[in-house]
Amino acid sequence: MKATDIADPNYFHKVVDCQWACPAHTPVPDYIRLIAEERFTEAYMLNWDSNVFPGILGRTCDRPCEPACRRVRTEEKPVAICRLKRVAADHKGDISDYLPRVPKKKNGKRICLMGAGPASLAVARDLLPFGYEIDMFDRDPAGGGMMRSQIPAFRLPADVLEEEVDLILNMGVNAQFGYEITSMKEMLDMDYDAYFVGTGAPRGRDLDLPGRQEVDDHISIGIDWLSSVAFGHTSSISGKVIVMGGGNTAMDCCRTSKRLGAERVTVVVRSAFDVMKASEWEKEDAMSEGIPIINNRPPKEFLHDNGKLTGIVFECVRPIPDGRGRYRYEPSGEPDVVMECDHVLMAIGQENHCPWVERTVGIEFDKWDCPILDEDTLQSSHPKVFFGGDSALGPENIIWASAHAHKAAISIHLMCQGKDILRDRPPEGVNLISQKMGVHQWSYDAEHDDSKRFLVPHANKRKALDNIKIEVELGFDARLGLKEAQRCLNCDVQTVFTESLCIECDACVDICPMDCITFTNNAEEGELRTLLTAPAQNDEQDIYVSEELPTGRVMAKDEDVCLHCGLCAERCPTNAWDMQKSVIHTPQLGSYASG
Amino acid sequence: MTFVAKPRVRHPLLPVNELGLTRRDYEGSVSTLCAGCGHDSVSAAIVQACAELSLPPHKFAKVSGIGCSSKTPSYFLSHSHGFNSVHGRMPSVATGANLANRELYCIGVSGDGDSASIGIGQFAHIVRRRINMLYIVDNNGTYGLTKGQFSATNDKGSTSKRGVPNLYEPIDLVSMALQIGASFVARSFSGDKRQLVPLIQAGLMHKGFAFIDVISPCVAFNNHNGSTKSYDYVRGHTERLVSADYIAAGEEITVDYESGMLEDVAMPDGSTLRLRKVDEDYDPRDRVQALTQVQRSAEAGEVVTGLLYVDADAADCHDVLGTPATPLNALDDSVLCPGAEALEGVNAQLR
Repeated sequence: MKATDIADPNYFHKVVDCQWACPAHTPVPDYIRLIAEERFTEAYMLNWDSNVFPGILGRTCDRPCEPACRRVRTEEKPVAICRLKRVAADHKGDISDYLPRVPKKKNGKRICLMGAGPASLAVARDLLPFGYEIDMFDRDPAGGGMMRSQIPAFRLPADVLEEEVDLILNMGVNAQFGYEITSMKEMLDMDYDAYFVGTGAPRGRDLDLPGRQEVDDHISIGIDWLSSVAFGHTSSISGKVIVMGGGNTAMDCCRTSKRLGAERVTVVVRSAFDVMKASEWEKEDAMSEGIPIINNRPPKEFLHDNGKLTGIVFECVRPIPDGRGRYRYEPSGEPDVVMECDHVLMAIGQENHCPWVERTVGIEFDKWDCPILDEDTLQSSHPKVFFGGDSALGPENIIWASAHAHKAAISIHLMCQGKDILRDRPPEGVNLISQKMGVHQWSYDAEHDDSKRFLVPHANKRKALDNIKIEVELGFDARLGLKEAQRCLNCDVQTVFTESLCIECDACVDICPMDCITFTNNAEEGELRTLLTAPAQNDEQDIYVSEELPTGRVMAKDEDVCLHCGLCAERCPTNAWDMQKSVIHTPQLGSYASG
Repeated sequence: MTFVAKPRVRHPLLPVNELGLTRRDYEGSVSTLCAGCGHDSVSAAIVQACAELSLPPHKFAKVSGIGCSSKTPSYFLSHSHGFNSVHGRMPSVATGANLANRELYCIGVSGDGDSASIGIGQFAHIVRRRINMLYIVDNNGTYGLTKGQFSATNDKGSTSKRGVPNLYEPIDLVSMALQIGASFVARSFSGDKRQLVPLIQAGLMHKGFAFIDVISPCVAFNNHNGSTKSYDYVRGHTERLVSADYIAAGEEITVDYESGMLEDVAMPDGSTLRLRKVDEDYDPRDRVQALTQVQRSAEAGEVVTGLLYVDADAADCHDVLGTPATPLNALDDSVLCPGAEALEGVNAQLR
């Protein structure tokens, strides 16, 4: 193998599994260390900088970081990264001094943001400090988009939502709420310098089955129903409720129904339990509230008695693994089942849907009705129009909206400054900073903590089920937060090897608790992986290979299960190993900021 | 020294031996020796050797004297018996331990000061007595614990860190061991685990006195240009003479080496010692040839390594003394004190 190029920003970025997995590339270990130091405000701001909504995401994020966490591979359960984000938000102090200053004198460029959801808000936050004039339009009476309309208050309390949404609106956004956009052409005629479409995926899917039309009054589309609950138009539901669908919307629908007075709530899913789209913890929470989830039951027909819904007929299928982690389904041979119900909430997916964009204004759509975008710039085929969030690539999580927003904001800024929106983008970068403070002192807590993942306290169940506004998860307090923070392996503190200093004494090989390090003859990657002290079977994780050493061998380190405990550096007599913090620079409009 | 404790978590795919243990179960506490010390590699080699042989850790007696080397038994086999004795007196303790319980695997770790200076008399006599043990000398040619004076094994002309040459002839423990009756004599290098681990395995399983002289550089005081026991010097002047692989009884023996260079030695317990030679004319069962080879190479400034001499059928101390097969500590009172009648019989023989 060729020697590893550690100057490539992606090399060490990949080692920080959580940060690499996060769409917004939030520097997770860095903020966890700040929490451990009880510097909650700084931890919050580090998050705010990269993902814009730490308090909201600390409660609602889909957590792509957690399955990626190294701790899953070294022990069992990941660090509770998301809940620690919430700890930072819950315990932060006054952040006003840390906020970017928005110039009174504007730069003369006007930007139109469509939708007031996370994507548009994040674009506004990125652009405002540069003097842009921001006009925002949304059909809802308040900002926040799906964060407000689709996430029930028992998961995301209104004050948390409002704090982070208002923070941005108060930076100087000219927001027009209750403004239903009906024509893109009309908007383009207003002649803004750039347009950002962040209108989400507002159309919930429906199911055209026999009997569907007749029982229309008893069927609600999940996201629309959640939205009417959020804005106070719906405050009760009665009788037996069936929620169809296996995603997070389905979980929110069933738990909301339970709180609004449903006699019985059942979730029925077409597919198998383990491939349901809902997050693991959402499923657990629903089940712990006494809501059954019934799998492998595709619906066939709505039964009704003169237009009054009486039940649904479901087919019984059996999942057959296809060997690639998915299933195909075949009839199980059991007779169809009829489930009685009075009301159905349909949560089987949603679509980005822009009927108000005339197909004549120069914005092209693909065959799935998604806008055709440049992946790096998020520019549509109309040079002034950019997309982000769910409206760009279909329904995803809030964290993707933040990630898209940073990209789009850079594009918009470059365009407004007359620069090339692809070529002139700020580069990715990495800085390496030694953490050595003294002979045996490191500026990070190198010692490995083998605690198990700490459980988060929940509100009293009976009280929580009585009131939709009572938040179920109480979050870690500072003490539990500190304990959980200690579980972080500090994967951003890298083992950096300097060939010229190595005397090949084997001290690092002998001390490494995870047998990551081997001195061996070089070979191609496939073969080299078999020559290491411990098997290196995880091909997704890189092997760090040095230049050739005086004995003709190379140092080969399997990054897979390294604990970043620093013992290699600790036992190295010549400082050939050093623990250096990698600071990854993910491009953001702030990268241009001066002073 | 290192203050960070070694995490208990291990690689999830670390091999498990016949006893269901991993290499990590054979470790001791984290070393307090200088970072980069060769002795730590020797400890790691012992850990690896014992784990691969699937020997139960509680069946070991580890003994040592005084010095950097003699601290190392703390750093391997933390679940075994151990005794850290007086300077140079490890052989006496080892002899006693082995006489009391012949079923324990006895590992003695000593240094060049402990064995070639203050304890040279004890060393000579434990070799003579053929105690069934593995005696390892971590040989770095310097008194590291007292800040780098020349030790008795330091080569003449080799310099101190400040450039002053050593004026005296070195004591060669390998030659001494060959001369006075060791039945297994090897030399190796701490930086060469591929050679050292099999040697430790063979030495542990050898019945009789097994001696391994391990050149183990002192990073703090004897790893400079001018030293003949530095990492660089040893790597540049090593001549691997005979490699040894221990093959347990019943294990499949495969042939993958030129014949004539390969020699299988049957061990009394049914296992096999496979010797791989570099020189077809070298016979590791010829004591005189071994002695000559060691001396010649030393004169040429070369360090010969490997299993230099082995006599698999040699008698050990228990054979010589005709002791019972049951360990002394397991014999009950009636056997140990056979009564007045037996005493009469003994006395009668002397009249």
